[in-house]
Amino acid sequence: MALLQIAEPGMSAAPHQHRLAVGIDLGTTNSLVATVRSGMSTVLHDEKGHALLPSVVRYLTDGAIDVGYAAQAQQSRDPQNTIVSVKRFMGRGLNDLADQAHIPYRFIDAPGMVQIETRAGIKSPVEVSAEILKALRLRAEKALGGELTGAVITVPAYFDDAQRQATKDAARLAGLTVLRLLNEPTAAAVAYGLDNGSEGVYIIYDLGGGTFDVSILRLSKGVFEVLSTNGDSALGGDDFDRRIFCWILEQAKLPPLNAEDTRLLLTKAREVKEWLTEHHEVQITSVLSNGDVINLHLTAEEFVDLTSHLVAKTLNPTRKAMRDAGLTVEDIKGVVMVGGATRMPHIRQAVAEYFGQEPLTNLDPDKVVALGAAIQANVLAGNRSDDDLLLLDVIPLSLGLETMGGLVEKVIPRNSTLPVARAQDFTTFKDGQTAMSIHVVQGERELVSDCRSLARFELRGIPPMAAGAARIRVTFQVDADGLLSVNAREQTSGVESHIVVKPSYGLSEDTITTMLQSSFASAESDKQARALREAQVDAQRLLEAINAALQQDGDALLSPAERAAIEQEMQALQTLIAQDDSHAITRAVDALNHATETFAARRMDASVKQAFAGQNLNSLEI
Amino acid sequence: MQDSSTNHFSLFGLPATFAIDTALLDQRYRQLQSEVHPDKFAAASSTEKLRSMQWATSANEAYRTLKNPAARARYLLELQGVHTDEESNTAMPADFLMQQMEWREAIEEARDAKDLPALDKLLNEIQSTAKELQQALERQLGGTSPELSAAAGSVRKLSFIDKLREDILQSMEKLEA
Repeated sequence: MALLQIAEPGMSAAPHQHRLAVGIDLGTTNSLVATVRSGMSTVLHDEKGHALLPSVVRYLTDGAIDVGYAAQAQQSRDPQNTIVSVKRFMGRGLNDLADQAHIPYRFIDAPGMVQIETRAGIKSPVEVSAEILKALRLRAEKALGGELTGAVITVPAYFDDAQRQATKDAARLAGLTVLRLLNEPTAAAVAYGLDNGSEGVYIIYDLGGGTFDVSILRLSKGVFEVLSTNGDSALGGDDFDRRIFCWILEQAKLPPLNAEDTRLLLTKAREVKEWLTEHHEVQITSVLSNGDVINLHLTAEEFVDLTSHLVAKTLNPTRKAMRDAGLTVEDIKGVVMVGGATRMPHIRQAVAEYFGQEPLTNLDPDKVVALGAAIQANVLAGNRSDDDLLLLDVIPLSLGLETMGGLVEKVIPRNSTLPVARAQDFTTFKDGQTAMSIHVVQGERELVSDCRSLARFELRGIPPMAAGAARIRVTFQVDADGLLSVNAREQTSGVESHIVVKPSYGLSEDTITTMLQSSFASAESDKQARALREAQVDAQRLLEAINAALQQDGDALLSPAERAAIEQEMQALQTLIAQDDSHAITRAVDALNHATETFAARRMDASVKQAFAGQNLNSLEI
Repeated sequence: MQDSSTNHFSLFGLPATFAIDTALLDQRYRQLQSEVHPDKFAAASSTEKLRSMQWATSANEAYRTLKNPAARARYLLELQGVHTDEESNTAMPADFLMQQMEWREAIEEARDAKDLPALDKLLNEIQSTAKELQQALERQLGGTSPELSAAAGSVRKLSFIDKLREDILQSMEKLEA
């Protein structure tokens, strides 16, 4: 009989305690937070009853920061210190931003990611996004009455490694534990599929404020398998606003505008777009800062003409995704529309025409992503014991290495199911060559210069050999978040080099630590208190996890001596938790992790055997 | 990544044959991932998390290999010590090479003429050739006396076809862009 021998009263693993976990849709235009309460996924509202939080951050003169509606209300008056659509800049360099002329910010071309100069200093898009996430975290903690165990944050499926890494950094900066980065269309599919008990192949057409994704999923008994994904991480509802904005400039024959007027007319353009979604025509009136009055008339038909090329632009990725999945429109059971921009009738019509069926719009396109993320967060936090939800997602863009002549050698092709690892062998091209530089890129094009550069690193200490004699194996591992780590190893000598890609387009670990520290702006003792608290929480989680594992499988899989060895380490850690040395706790956590390696391996083997009860399977040597 | 006592087929409890029950493969793959996927270990120790990622990675690799007929045949041949050597062995029957050249010319012509329907038609044509080769593999790798070297030849042909398919798809993408 397995008994809890270790945990003290009050410290025991409480397996049925509900852990507070949320799903966050960090959108270009609006963000949301949702959670599962009493088995139902629900969006959490602010105290005024708003579900949406406009993704707008304003840095005020007194050092305060407004996020959401308050910031949005001031955007035309204080455009340079009010950051909207910051998601477009995540993991992007200045030269990636095609339309900077129409963005009223003071950009700074920083190595890696573009930065924005505000009155509160130079801000990275990661910091701006962290403000939005912080506001959502506070909203959730207030509504749920406690600290969050963790969050699932959604990202566009077509986000590359740099954009994903930036999002994860922002979450850390906001004080969130990221349970998983989840692709937005997959999140939508979860909310949709579970609600409707659907089976079969579905298209998720997700046109958000600044990004377009299309994913094809096979839904079968709680398994959501992404077959392919495609998209455009710089195409969204914003572009429809910008078309109207440019049309206004042309029609009113306006000279280049100042930042205030640019923001004013961009806001006006968005209102026009939203109005024309339900009406046939609109009268546009605006007074510019110099007193000039704009008075224009736009019909829905004209709007459709102005933006038809944008609608067409979404169909190319759709066709590619269909081809990659090896499917034709006859195979598609349903098309789910996600993202506020899919409210536009001409988009619905174009999608209906392409697929030969009316798209499904019975879920609120603004909320469905957050609702799905909350369901996944609930599962990952361990609140659901009926293990009937599994998401199998893919990598959206191929990963490769630079080879001679600036060409890309693909190592992991797009649409590979995650997690995935792939190795490729390379050799030296000069006699006695002792180092090799490795350049990791992401994208579909043949030339390195047309792909995104993720990281460069060097494998040094290769023993001198004749050209072509060394065998350098480069292994790419992409985890379930879609994040890459790269390992290079010279096979004959065993010289090794490993990096987690924290790339040309990301923040270094040091920068994040500095930002975290300055954002807490606290005394040294507070920092230590925080580090201790974090170490204690981590240690407690580990003890709970191992306790649960021991209860389940300890008797069956461990000899009394093996079990005693693990329990000894647990006891040691338990004692340290009550004390105040965070380094000692971390060391004990490492020791305990190490002590459970064999147990972990046996448990995994056992659950695999259970999956195919009656099959004789050999254990896997990895 | 695996030792000799286990292989992609046994991972899913399937017999090591070319003709497999793909519905059963799909089902077993999902069953296995339901047990080992990192999402099932979000609250586990870091040791278990790492183990889970390795298992899920192996399951994906095995599934990908068995799902694709050319990869499956190549893998099956390797298990029997026959290497298909697609990189080095490019000797092909003359009629197959002729057909290849014709297809390549047709692709180029269609691309230059920006003729999407023509590319689509070519895609269908080579896909039916791929299907014939798969049927040949089923014969060559099945039965009591499998013809391994003939099968290796079919795998090499399938690789050619796969490359053509890629070319056509890329041309289509460029035309649509």
